[in-house]
This record gives sequence, structure tokens and C-alpha cells, in this order.
Amino acid sequence: MLNTLFPNVKWFDLVIATGETFYMTLIALVGTLILGIALGLLLYLTSKGNVWQNKGLNFIVATVVNVFRAIPFVILILLLFPFTDFLIGTLRGPNAALPALIIGSAPFYGRLVEIALREVDKGVIEAAKAMGAKTSTIIFKVLLKESTPALVSGLTVTAIALIGYTAVAGIIGAGGLGDYAYYYGFQRQASDVLFMCTVLIVIIVFVFQIIGDTITNKLDKR
Amino acid sequence: MITINQLSKVFQTNNASITAVDKLDLSINNGEIFGVIGYSGAGKSTFIRLINRLEEPSSGEVTIDDQTITALSKKQLRLSRQEIGMIFQHFNLLWSRTVRQNISFPLEIAGVAKAEREERVDELIRLVGLSGREDAYPSQLSGGQKQRVGIARALANRPKVLLCDEATSALDPETTDAILSLLVDINKQLGLTIILITHEMHVIQKICHRVAVMEQGAVVEEGNVVDVFSHPKQSVTKKFVEQVMGKPEEQATDETFMHHVEQGKVLRLHFVGETANQAVISQVAKQFKVDLNILHGNVKQTQAGAYGTLYVQITGEEVEITKAIDHIKSIAVEVEVKGHA
Ligand SMILES: Nc1ncnc2c1ncn2[C@@H]1O[C@H](COP(=O)(O)OP(=O)(O)OP(=O)(O)O)[C@@H](O)[C@H]1O
Ligand SMILES: [Mg+2]
Repeated sequence: MLNTLFPNVKWFDLVIATGETFYMTLIALVGTLILGIALGLLLYLTSKGNVWQNKGLNFIVATVVNVFRAIPFVILILLLFPFTDFLIGTLRGPNAALPALIIGSAPFYGRLVEIALREVDKGVIEAAKAMGAKTSTIIFKVLLKESTPALVSGLTVTAIALIGYTAVAGIIGAGGLGDYAYYYGFQRQASDVLFMCTVLIVIIVFVFQIIGDTITNKLDKR
Repeated sequence: MITINQLSKVFQTNNASITAVDKLDLSINNGEIFGVIGYSGAGKSTFIRLINRLEEPSSGEVTIDDQTITALSKKQLRLSRQEIGMIFQHFNLLWSRTVRQNISFPLEIAGVAKAEREERVDELIRLVGLSGREDAYPSQLSGGQKQRVGIARALANRPKVLLCDEATSALDPETTDAILSLLVDINKQLGLTIILITHEMHVIQKICHRVAVMEQGAVVEEGNVVDVFSHPKQSVTKKFVEQVMGKPEEQATDETFMHHVEQGKVLRLHFVGETANQAVISQVAKQFKVDLNILHGNVKQTQAGAYGTLYVQITGEEVEITKAIDHIKSIAVEVEVKGHA
């Protein structure tokens, strides 16, 4: 039945492609989370009225973030070819897509982190200071802890953008559903393959959204 | 003893410099509840935040016992702050933590071991009357309960001093009274010094031993609460006293009573911080063959006893009346005989 409806779909390859998309998204998400939180913290803490207030550093970080966010993802991949080649040793396959995926989405997530941190009540930070808290305690136990729901919902938005990026990276040979859709669906004019890939990507997006929303709601005690 | 010496804070803004606290001098005794009152913008919050250096002073000194807070390094200051509790108008609880976890936070900061922390938290929950609510999140609590968490949290590391910035301003009158009584209990039980900022004179009247009135960054009047109430000198102070006692012209004049008084005498009893006061009227009525009829009065309870005036009509035999008046005088209530019927 399935084979008559989707004559061109090779189910085993499709499963592999789906796995690759998951793999790229998840690994890149971990990288984005770490780099994005670091960037967001740096942006927040160096801004006016905060512990590491530093106009110069804040300006530099903000500029880097803005520049990377301005570069279209396809171009970013191309620009990063030498760096990727040096780091991963190849330009093909899911691993080769990771540097571009992380560098492409971390600045975006960094801004979301900054916004989330700004939402933390200044009074609570003040209360922690009045208790004699160290800066590291304030960062981990107040700032990051109190903003967790916003950090998770920001990460959900970022994950969905990342799934889109993996499809773009697929066209340059990164593997995954984008790759499969382009080479086996589009170039061979097999609309059933294109269709099946689309459905799977939409499902993946939904899965991430549902998981993200559930975690956010669980964490939000406001 | 907390000594504040020539303390100043100047804020630099783009086009002006604002002197929020201006060469302020004050000393606060250990174990007392010291109130600071002033209108909005007087510099009260800035002052209390200078005490634990949430705001860095522009000049001057703060000394608590033998430690000069203003001379401490950042690290020493962090340790010192663990001995200075603070509560806030808007409670400032961590909403991601339960009541228990919020109270535990300062103990975590101080590096207290887990078992000891839990024991201390249980103790504090009982002290502030939050038993049964320990696993609730702040969003599930009323304002009064939130402030109880704030108080427990501030007391966790057994501080010597408790700073309260408008701690009851976000609460309704009944809850305010409950929180104020809790503060009095804590002050008595733990012998802790409390510095309390407010713009409401009834807060001062109810719980403070001494009060300082602030205006434009400086203390313009200070003293025992009863003294300040009975002899306010500055016009700000007079206005604050009126908040509680009413305007002098609103107090009925002596003549108005006279109309209704057909027999006996009218006495004006003036209470200035007596402690035996509440029983005076009933005692006199029991001990002497006189009848007492309260005509008019305005008496407020302060930490040092009652303060205010009471007009009573006294009837009976002349001898008994004289004995009664002498007795009232002997328990240190000023008596003035206003007239005969
Ligand atoms: N961070 C700041 N920067 C500039 N000016 C400030 C700052 N904080 C306070 N001020 C100014 O200092 C003065 C005193 O403010 P403060 O908050 O201490 O008053 P307050 O007596 O606590 O008033 P309220 O009863 O309204 O809380 C005000 O004129 C205020 O505008
Ligand atoms: Mg204030």
C-alpha cells in the first residue's frame, strides 16, 4: 500500500535521514545552549547597572552578536567552510554542519537569554546581595534559576529555527531530511519523496514545540 | 550599637547631582526598634540601603558594634551582610523556590550544612507562623504570608540587625498589624535591633521605641516615640503626629463637654507613656465610691505605654472624688480638673 502511494521513497534511507536531522538538531542545540547562555550572560552582566558593567565590552559583544545574526545562514555556511574543514576535517555529513548551525543560532539564542535575564526582578537580585551572595551564586541560583522558563521557551523557538537551518545545510550535503528532499525528491522530481520529507520535518517541529511547552509550563511557578 | 557618622550619598545624574542623604548622624541602641519616618523622597530608602552598602556612601561612616561597615573589603562585606537581615516592601522572594527553599537560601549562601539547614528552616517556619505552607510557592501565598517568608529568610543566619524598608506598605491594615506584632515578638524573643523605614506614623506609634524624622536627606528630629508624640517640634513631625492623633482643632474644646455635664467634675487625664494605664478607669471605679463616665478621648498605644488624652466625668461625694483624683495622680497620669457642674 505504502509502496504504491510513495513509489520513490526508500524507507530505510528516510529513517536514516530523519535520524540525522535529529542528531544535527540536538547536538547543535546543546552547543547553542552553552554558547548562547554565555553570550546572553555577557550581554546582560556588562550592561548598565549590573555587576560587570563595562560599556566597551558590552558594545563589542553586542556588535558580534548583531553581525552574526545579520548574515544569512546559507552564506554563513559558505564563509565557515575553511573553519569547518579545519575543525571537522570534512565538509560533508551531519558533523560538518554543526559549526555553522551553532554559530548561526547561538547569537539569536544569546539575545533571547539576555531578554530573559532582564525580566528577572531587580529586587530579588538585591535581596540576594543583601544576604551576602557571591556573584557566581547570583548568576547560577538567582539569574539563571529564576529565568529558566523563559530560557526553555527561548530554546524551543531556537530549536525550531535550527531544524530549518539543518534543512538548508542539507542542500550543501550535510545529510538529514533537507538533503534527502533535495537530492532524491527535488532533483529527481519525485514529489512523493518531497512530500514525505516535509511531513516528517513538520512532525519533528511539533515534537520539539510540544516538549518545550510542556517543560516551560512545568517550570513556571509564577 | 549602630553609629552613623556624617553619612552622605550624592547621586550623579546626567544633568544634576541629587543629595539623597545629607551628612546624617544617628546612633541606634542594641535591641531597640528604631523607626525612621519621612515623606516620599526624603531619602529613607537610600539611608537604609547605605547601612548594608547596597548603596555605596559618598562619604561618612557606618559602624555596627565594633565593625566599620564602610571600611570593609568586598569579601568582608559579604560576610558582614550575613549578620544583617533585610526585608522589603515587595518581599523579593525567589518565585522558583518554595517557602522552605526560600528560607534556606541565605543558609546556602552562608555555607551551612544540609541537615542543619533543614532544622533551622523548620524552626523559622514555626517562628513566623507558616507551618503547613512550607511547600507552597510564593505565587500561592497572600501578601502577609509572603512577608512572613521574607522575615524568616532575613532571620535565618541569626542577624544582629534587621533592616525593614516599608515592610508593611504593600499590606492591608489588618495584615500590617499582624506583621508588626510579629516584628515586636521577634525583637523581644531574639533581642534583635530593628531599623524600620516607613511613611506611616501609626507604624512608628505601634512598635517603635525611638524615632527619627527625615527631611531632605537629614534627620530633623529624633527621640523617644512618646516624647516626639507629645512635643513635636518640627512642622513635618507635627503633621506626622496628626496622622495618628488627628488635628488639634478637631479635638473638641473643653466647653462642648460642659454643656452636657450637670453634676460632678470633668477631668482631663493626660497619658504620656504610662504602662498601667488601661486599668486606671476601672480600678478607680472599683476602689472609690465614684462613677466615671468617659466623655471623649484619643489614646494610642505605643511600645512605651499609652499616649493621649481622656476626658472623664466623675460624680460622687466630694471626699471620694478628691481621693480618686489623688490616686490617679499617684500612678503618673497628669490630671487637670476642668470644671464643676
Ligand atoms: N539610583 C538613584 N539615582 C538617582 N537618584 C536617586 C536614586 N535613588 C534615589 N534617588 C533620589 O534620591 C532621593 C531620595 O530617594 P529615596 O528613594 O531614598 O526616598 P524615600 O524617602 O525612600 O522615598 P519613598 O518614600 O518614596 O520610598 C530622591 O530624590 C530620589 O529621586
Ligand atoms: Mg523608599
